[in-house]
Amino acid sequence: MALRKVKGNLERMFDKNLTDLVRGIRNNKDNEGKYIAQCMDEIKAELRQENFAVKANAVAKLTYLQMLGYDISWAGFNIVEVMSSSKFTYKRIGYLAASQCFHQDTEVVMLTTNMIRKDLNGQNMYDAGTALTGLACFISADLARDLANDVMTLLSSTKPYLRKKAVLLLYKVFLKFPEALRPAFPRLKEKLEDPDPGVQSAAVNVICELARKNPKNYLSLAPVFFKLMTSSTNNWMLIKIIKLFGALTPLEPRLGKKLIEPLTNLIHSTSAMSLLYECINTVIAVLISISSGMPNHNASIQLCVQKLRILIEDSDQNLKYLGLLAMGRILGPHPKAVQPHKDLVLACLDDKDESIRIRALDLLYGMVSKKTVMEIVRRLMTHMDRAEGTFYRDELLQKIIQICSQNNYQYITNFEWYISVLVELCRMESSQHGALIAAQLMDVAIRVGAVREFTVGQMALLLENAHLLLGPAAANSSIAEVLFAAAWICGEFAHLLPNARNTLEAIVRGRLWSVAGHIQAVIVHNLVKLFIRIVVTAEEEDDADMINEVTALLEERLATWSSSADLEVQERAVFALQLVCLVRDKRAAGLKLGPELALLTAGELNPVAPKAQKKVPVPDGLDLDAWMNAPPSESEGSGDEDLLSGGDLFFRSEEPPSPSVGRKNRKAQHISEEDIMQRRAARLQEQANNPYYMKTTSNRSSTRSSPKTSLANLNVDEIPMQAIELDVPLTIPGMTSLSKYEMVDGDGDNKKLRHKKSKKRSKRKNLALSSSEEEEAPAPLVINTDAEMPEGAIVSDDDDRDNRPLDDPHRALDIDLDSPLSPTEVLPVLHHREAPAAPKLKRSSKPASSTVDAAKSKTKKDKSRKSKKKEKNGDLLGSEQKEMALDIGASVTDSKPKPYANGVDGKKTHDDIEFWLSTSDPVEQPPEAEPENAPAAADATQKSKATKKSSKEPKKEKKSKETSKKVSKKSSRKSELNLPLVDGAPSSDLRTPEGVDRRDYEVANGHHASNATPDRHKLLAEDSAVAVSWRARPAADGLKQIRLSLSFSVSSQLSDSMTDIRLVRLHLPDTSSLALTRVNATSSDIDLERALLSPGAPVKKALTVEVQDATVPHKLRGALYYSLNGGSERVLPLKFEVSVLCCLSGAGASREAFSELVSSGALTARSAFTTSCPDISFEQLLRVLCGDGSFGVVERVQNTASLYAASLSGHHVCLLTKLKDSGGVCVDGKASDGTLLANALDVLRAALTAAP
Amino acid sequence: MIKAILVFNNHGKPRLSKFYQYFNEELQQQIIKETFQLVSKRDDNVCNFLEGGSLIGGSDYKLIYRHYATLYFVFCVDSSESELGILDLIQVFVESLDKCFENVCELDLIFHVDKVHFILNELVMGGMVVETNMTEIITRIEDQNKLEKQEAGLAAAPARAVSAVKNMNLPQQIKDIKLPDLPTAINNLKF
Repeated sequence: MALRKVKGNLERMFDKNLTDLVRGIRNNKDNEGKYIAQCMDEIKAELRQENFAVKANAVAKLTYLQMLGYDISWAGFNIVEVMSSSKFTYKRIGYLAASQCFHQDTEVVMLTTNMIRKDLNGQNMYDAGTALTGLACFISADLARDLANDVMTLLSSTKPYLRKKAVLLLYKVFLKFPEALRPAFPRLKEKLEDPDPGVQSAAVNVICELARKNPKNYLSLAPVFFKLMTSSTNNWMLIKIIKLFGALTPLEPRLGKKLIEPLTNLIHSTSAMSLLYECINTVIAVLISISSGMPNHNASIQLCVQKLRILIEDSDQNLKYLGLLAMGRILGPHPKAVQPHKDLVLACLDDKDESIRIRALDLLYGMVSKKTVMEIVRRLMTHMDRAEGTFYRDELLQKIIQICSQNNYQYITNFEWYISVLVELCRMESSQHGALIAAQLMDVAIRVGAVREFTVGQMALLLENAHLLLGPAAANSSIAEVLFAAAWICGEFAHLLPNARNTLEAIVRGRLWSVAGHIQAVIVHNLVKLFIRIVVTAEEEDDADMINEVTALLEERLATWSSSADLEVQERAVFALQLVCLVRDKRAAGLKLGPELALLTAGELNPVAPKAQKKVPVPDGLDLDAWMNAPPSESEGSGDEDLLSGGDLFFRSEEPPSPSVGRKNRKAQHISEEDIMQRRAARLQEQANNPYYMKTTSNRSSTRSSPKTSLANLNVDEIPMQAIELDVPLTIPGMTSLSKYEMVDGDGDNKKLRHKKSKKRSKRKNLALSSSEEEEAPAPLVINTDAEMPEGAIVSDDDDRDNRPLDDPHRALDIDLDSPLSPTEVLPVLHHREAPAAPKLKRSSKPASSTVDAAKSKTKKDKSRKSKKKEKNGDLLGSEQKEMALDIGASVTDSKPKPYANGVDGKKTHDDIEFWLSTSDPVEQPPEAEPENAPAAADATQKSKATKKSSKEPKKEKKSKETSKKVSKKSSRKSELNLPLVDGAPSSDLRTPEGVDRRDYEVANGHHASNATPDRHKLLAEDSAVAVSWRARPAADGLKQIRLSLSFSVSSQLSDSMTDIRLVRLHLPDTSSLALTRVNATSSDIDLERALLSPGAPVKKALTVEVQDATVPHKLRGALYYSLNGGSERVLPLKFEVSVLCCLSGAGASREAFSELVSSGALTARSAFTTSCPDISFEQLLRVLCGDGSFGVVERVQNTASLYAASLSGHHVCLLTKLKDSGGVCVDGKASDGTLLANALDVLRAALTAAP
Repeated sequence: MIKAILVFNNHGKPRLSKFYQYFNEELQQQIIKETFQLVSKRDDNVCNFLEGGSLIGGSDYKLIYRHYATLYFVFCVDSSESELGILDLIQVFVESLDKCFENVCELDLIFHVDKVHFILNELVMGGMVVETNMTEIITRIEDQNKLEKQEAGLAAAPARAVSAVKNMNLPQQIKDIKLPDLPTAINNLKF
């Protein structure tokens, strides 16, 4: 009794859980379906209960049943219920079920938006993690749009676990909601430099996926990836990056040159096979993209091939497989490098693993040469004999044919041998490639004129022995297709037949009623041709008996065919029968029909180029879009006109595009031109409609040649004799056999040599020569490569376009990422559905560390809600986006974006990558890695300008702290990888005069690389908590703007590193001559979003300032407001001194322009100074003079150099500087503006005197 | 990208199926079947890569698999994944399972397919590799298990007891235990 009560209380507990379900299914193996149906009912009942535990249990069971193939989408709503549970245990079950059965078209997905948002922003990291994982499986376009913003917020989560997952989810968001890509991309890019390697790796992963489909948009990221590649040790990430480079190199060969070195190093150093393999793959991609011009080109190939050989020889089948795969890739561009390893590949053909054998076959395809083709094919054929499994056998057959036929039979020196191979292949059991063999036979017979007789002889034998082909095994093979070719060849080249009558009889007597309809149709048709041939010859020889016998035979047999079930066969048979009867009747009447009949088959066939049909030009005056008939509403009159012109067009356009065979009748004198035209048109029409007719077109102008009578008279009798002599027992008498070529192999070389000259370039005109004069020659090597094309059309490969399927989501992601964001490009934010969750956190002054993020996002939301009232646009992401826009330096204002901003900035990024690619020293990258660091100026200067004497001491101290790590890391990496510092042979072909100078200058700096500081920001102000450093550079050519990059960092004076510093705003009022380009034009404040400042992670901000007069120095005062530990705001006053050098750029320096400028007389102003700088070296001097990229070195001769700069206002400044032996420095200046020159020289002089 | 992850036994019974692209249930079963047929006929000493089946993928996709005792682990991936890398990933997956289940065997996968999914979710997310470091994966799994235990608290104790009793019956071949059977089962214990 007591137990009963327990049972009642614990009923829920005894519900069937997942384990019970699984066990139940296993125990009910016999009636599983019934048992599961019963369980489904129970589950449905459980889902109706209120208790979450019961529901979750039911959903867990459903998930299991889903795996077994049961549709559980009916429970979608319940799954959503379980997902919304507050308990992680249930939530996780719900999300799992959702990820298994929801997809983007599931309707209940719409209900999940707010719930998922709550989870994403929730306290529990694993709630958010589960939501991210689940969302990745069932995200829809709506969810992507609505949640993009929340995912973006998670990118700045303090937890790497969430950042990592959020980054990965971004990819799915982009796929469903491509508009998010541009606004989100800068943030994604930042994640490439995330402190957590997992997040980095995830970002790399996402960008790789994006770039794989649209590589060209991601080319500008190459420097960042290069840096990662040379610094990371995470093999997973390296593999991804290296794969990405493999996709990028085809677009930018210079990138490949830069890559070779580090990749080679990796190949040498890594022990991870996976990494080694991917390196080799990318090196191969590089080698393909730069076909030549590399100094150690061959060395790289050899290295790859050598390493691959090691892989292939490995006992691990996986490595062997991959080795062969990669070898196949080298083979394309560098067959010579692979050919020595033929032995290895042939050995792989014996491998027990089919995948490896097939890979080896692929390789063989590219390894054949004229010398080896016979041997390789022979080995393949012996393999075929032994091979088990029809699939592999067919694969072999196909490969043999591909090997032989590649590049217009490039490697075939003996076509008789090839025909023999094909005939031999016909005898292989149960081949699915009958059609392929047939096509080859016909192709060779048509295009290699001199081997025709031999082919015809073989085909005749084949027809006579058709019963062997059509054995019982033929039922499930397509080998009967060969008869199609045999019949056609015998018919078409009937004049070459040794004995046409025998062949005809063989065909008629053969058991050919069992073959497919289209083959029978061709056979019947060719019987007619044979018949005509026999009649014509017999009439010439006055052999009436022959004609009578043949006629009688045909009449009898064709009757059978004319009752065929196949319409095509029937039609042709009836037609043939009538023709035969006609001939019989006319002959009975004493008429000779020979010449007339011959006309039916006269003419020569030419192969048609594959693209001929497409290339048919549209005739003049044909408008394909025009109405063919009058549109219904039009008046009668205009309709008539249309009809008239339409008719005319029809007549003209009908003929050339016809896809069917055009047999070109010789123009007979007694038939008028018009008649011929009409007949031909009619026949073409008929043939075009005949699906069984060989689809070849001929060109009406080129081929009205007479039948090759010369050929007809040639050696007709010799060929079968030869074949019979070489007859091998157990084969069909007269049928060729390969064995004879194996014997001949040895002396084949001589023949090859003999024919080499005539072979390649000799075309049709050699035909008569090679076959008539060189009677002994067994190998006619003339391949008719001319393919018929419409007049004026040229064969080209221009037909390749975007071949991605139309529904590929990556199409939508083909977006230019370099151009700056416009203010309208923001992620959408749902205003009306804001969850008012956790209001208690709103104004918590000091949030606990674990909730910092949540609180942050809450306050942000708060703010956004407030600002919404004022300004519809001012939502969270809106403003965030604007900040980003500023970061990239787009000069956009709120109201009207400047139209040229796009172009200029796009160009700049382009310049960056250009610059990076043109230098060979990866240490010189920082400007590119941080795009806000402004233009890629031709300098490597690290020194600050002397104008900031006052702040020099603290600056040095701080800088050394901040950057010493970076520097040492970089220099050590450099030494590890043996990267060429400056001696950049790889980029030699890209040297512009400017480039040369730049490089020279870098040489000059190279000695001092160790104390170079890549961060060129100068300290501006510092107090006990925050330090601000800055840098000013011209924004772009043609704009009177400079770019201020500000960097806020934690002050070195700050003792407590846990202090919570938040940047509030930057107060920067405009002056009379300097005007900031602002997001919000009404306020002189710049919102800093309460960005969290943490040690080692400076916050950067770029501002664009309009300069009225670039010839005089300016001052700009402002203040930074920030808060410490959430307390009241503190102020740090800022004072910017914008010297004239900030408005100068030396980027455009070039020798020609410089000399032209100096000689033109445009430089009216002159000024000079001399100072004594005792211990300065010329390199240091140049570095000081060049300042922060203000001047570019044009030319340098020993201790003399000329420098050039252009100012924002378009003025030119030229300097000539000398370092005297006595230690004095002399600077001579010329400029188009005197004030500018004077001011510039003042600054330079101050800098020089301050220099050490 | 990984398109699908399948685990089935030597007889083709699915033990885990995860598709990162939508297929309806029927098609999923066909894919599992086709994949099983492709994979199962291969010897153990041949390479672990296969050109994809006809249903899933096409030429750009590869099947990369490993065979452990009674189970096949098959990943269907496209060309952006490194073949050898995925093989390593399978190894990491199986080792993680081994750590979490302590000497994992097919039975663990049969009865705890949900847990296997949770482990897999720490490795792969939406077809992209999240984490390859096993210690990190195990930490995450253990954290989440802890969380689950916390939530269950005391209430879970009786439930655990019941499931322990149920498991006790497993060797006795009692089919799908139901409550009415329980008294007799307990009587048999003779207390």
